[in-house]
Amino acid sequence: MAQSKLPGWVNAGLIPALNLLTAFLVSGLVILAMGQDPVKAFGHLVYGAFGYGEAIGYTLYYATNFIFTGLAVAVAFHCYLFNIGGEGQAYLGGLGIGLVCLYLGDLPFWAVLPLTVLGGALFGAAWAAIPAYLQAKRGSHIVITTIMFNFIGSSVMTFLLVNWLKRPGSQLPETSPFPESAWMPKLHELAGSLGIEMAHSPANLALVIALLCCVGVWLFIWHTRWGYEIRAVGRNPDAAVYSGISPARAIMVSMLLSGALAGLMGVNELMGEQHRVVINFTNGCGFVGIAIALMGRNHPAGIVLASLLMGALFQGGAELAFEMPAITRDMIWTIQGLVILFTGALEHLYRHRLERIFPRKEAPA
Amino acid sequence: MTDLWMQLLLTADATLRISTPLILAALAGLCSERAAVIDIGLEGKMLGGAFTAATVSYLTGSAWLGLVCAILACLLLALLHGFACITHRGNQVVSGMAINIVVAGLAPTLGHAIFHINGDTPPLPQGARFMALTLPGAEALRGVPVLGPIYAELVSGHTLLTYATFALIPCVSFMLYKTRFGLRLRAVGENPEAVDTAGISVAWLRYRAVLIAGALCGVAGASLSTALGASFIRDMTAGKGYLALAAMIFGKWRPGPTVTACLLFAFTDALQARLQGVSLPLVGEIPVQFIIMLPYVMTVILLAGFVGKVTAPKADGIPYVKER
Repeated sequence: MAQSKLPGWVNAGLIPALNLLTAFLVSGLVILAMGQDPVKAFGHLVYGAFGYGEAIGYTLYYATNFIFTGLAVAVAFHCYLFNIGGEGQAYLGGLGIGLVCLYLGDLPFWAVLPLTVLGGALFGAAWAAIPAYLQAKRGSHIVITTIMFNFIGSSVMTFLLVNWLKRPGSQLPETSPFPESAWMPKLHELAGSLGIEMAHSPANLALVIALLCCVGVWLFIWHTRWGYEIRAVGRNPDAAVYSGISPARAIMVSMLLSGALAGLMGVNELMGEQHRVVINFTNGCGFVGIAIALMGRNHPAGIVLASLLMGALFQGGAELAFEMPAITRDMIWTIQGLVILFTGALEHLYRHRLERIFPRKEAPA
Repeated sequence: MTDLWMQLLLTADATLRISTPLILAALAGLCSERAAVIDIGLEGKMLGGAFTAATVSYLTGSAWLGLVCAILACLLLALLHGFACITHRGNQVVSGMAINIVVAGLAPTLGHAIFHINGDTPPLPQGARFMALTLPGAEALRGVPVLGPIYAELVSGHTLLTYATFALIPCVSFMLYKTRFGLRLRAVGENPEAVDTAGISVAWLRYRAVLIAGALCGVAGASLSTALGASFIRDMTAGKGYLALAAMIFGKWRPGPTVTACLLFAFTDALQARLQGVSLPLVGEIPVQFIIMLPYVMTVILLAGFVGKVTAPKADGIPYVKER
C-alpha cells in the first residue's frame, strides 16, 4: 500500500471512485434482478438525498453519526486493531449521555454540553476498555471480543431500559424525555437566529462537534507522540518495541479513544433528535463506521466525504423505499455491503490495470 | 423417573439440536483458517444458506432441493470471498464483514420481493422441512430404565442434518490429518512458501478450503431454517457465525476441542431457554437479558482466561504473494 507505483490522484481519487462505481453497478444489477428499474431507483436515491433543502439536512444528520463511528474505527485501525465493537460502544455511550441529560439536564445548555460529551466519551471508552485490555495483556482476539461486547451491550441496555430507566407508566423501553435545555440546537434554528432562512431538518450542532473531532483526530494521530506510537505499533509491533514503545499502552490508548469517539454518536442521535434514550438507537451505525473508515482511507478528510456518501445513501434510501415500495430499506444494507466489499476488500481490483496506464515517471527507490 | 433427570435429558437433547449449525459453521471456519483464510463471513453465509433453503423449499416443496440450493448459494459467497482474499489479496476481515452486511440486507430484500411479508418466508409445510426421525425401537425401549429414555430422548428424535453433522466431525478430522489434501491444506496455512516451492498451487488449495467452508455453511444455514426452525426469519443467525468462530479459536483450530466448545455454547443456549422465568434457589429469578447474554459472556471469559495465548495457523490472514 505504501509503495504505490501510481500518481497520488489516481490512488486517492480514481481508484476509490472506480470501486464505488462498481459497487453501484452491482447494486443496479440486484435491483434489475428484482424486476425494478435501476435508473429510476438511483434517480429517487439522489433526489431523496440532495434534491431539496430538507433532504440535504437529513443527509448531514445521518452523516454526523457516521463521522463519529468512522473516526472510531479509523483510530483503532491506525494501531492495526479491528474495532468491530463500535455499535456497542456507541450504544453504551448513549447511556452515559442519557444519564447526564436526565439527571443534570436542567443546567443551562453551555454547562450540559461538555458534561454530556464527557459522559458519552467515558461510557464509550469504558465499554472498549475490556476488549482492549484483553487484547493488550491476554492476546484475546479483539475482533471476537468486540463482537461479543456488541451482543453483551445490547442485552445490558435492554435490561436497563426495561427494568431501571423506563419512563414511569410507559410500556416502551425508553427513558423519559430529556429537559429542553439538554436538546442540541438544530442548524436551522441557529441559522434562523442569525436571520438566515433554512429548511427544517434534524441536522444539529453535533455536526460541528463531529468536525472538531475530525480535526482533533488528525492532530492526535499525526502530530502527537501518542499518535506516533499508535502508528508505529500498527505498522510493526516488533520494531516499535525496539524503539522503546509499549504496544500494550498503544493498544489501550487507541482503543479507549476509539470507544470514546463511538460513544459520542449519541450527542447527535439522542440529544439532537430523539431527546431520550430509545432501544437500538444506534441502528447499525457502528458497523457502517467500518465502511466509512475503509472508504476514507482512515483519514479524517476522507471520513467526512465517506460519511456524506453514506448519509446520502441512508436518506436517499428512505425516499427510494417510499417511492418504490418493492424496494425495502434493507436494500440500503445491500448497497452498503457492496460498497464495503469493493472499496475495502477488493480495493486492488483495478490497481494492476491502472498501473499499466499511469506509470509513475521515476520509480520510488 | 425423577423430574431433574428428565430435565437434564431434555437439556442435553436441546444441546445436540442447537449445536448442529454451530458445529457445521465452526468446522467451516476451521477448514478455511487452516488454509490461512480468515472467515468472519460465516454469519453471512449461514444467513444466505438459511434464506435460500427456506425459499427454495417453500417454492418447490422439497427440503432436499432447498439444501442443495443453499449449498450452491454459499459456494457462490465463498467464491466471492476467495476472489477478494486470494486472487486480489484483499483484507480478509473486511471481505467477511462485507459479505455479512450484504446478505443481511439482500436476504430480506429478496424475501420481500418474492413473498411480500416483511422479508421473512412463509411457514414451511411438513414435506418442505427436515423432520425429526424416530430411530427404530425408540418407543418400544422407552420403558427400559436409564438407557431407555436416553435412547428415546437423546439419541433418537433428531433431524437427518443433525445425524449427518455428527457423522461429519470424524470425516473432517480424517480429511485434515490423514489425507494428502489435508496435509497440504494445513501446510498452506503454516508455510505457503514451502507449498509453493513444492510446486503446488497455493491459490487453488486455498480456494478449495474456502469452498469446503462454503458448503458446510450452506448445510448449517439449511439446518437453521428447515430443520431447527420452520421458516426464514430476518437475522435468524443472531451471531451464531461469530460464536462458531469463537469456538474455533477456543478450540485452537483443532476439530475435537472446537466441537467441544460448540457443545458448550449450545449447552448454555439450551440452559438459557430452560432458565427463563425459573426462580433459582439463592439468586432468585435471573432477568431474561442476562440469560440471553450468557453464551457471549462465557465466550469472552473463556477466551480471556482459559485458552491462554492462542496460536493461529502461522500464515492466517496473510495473503500470499509469489516471489518474482
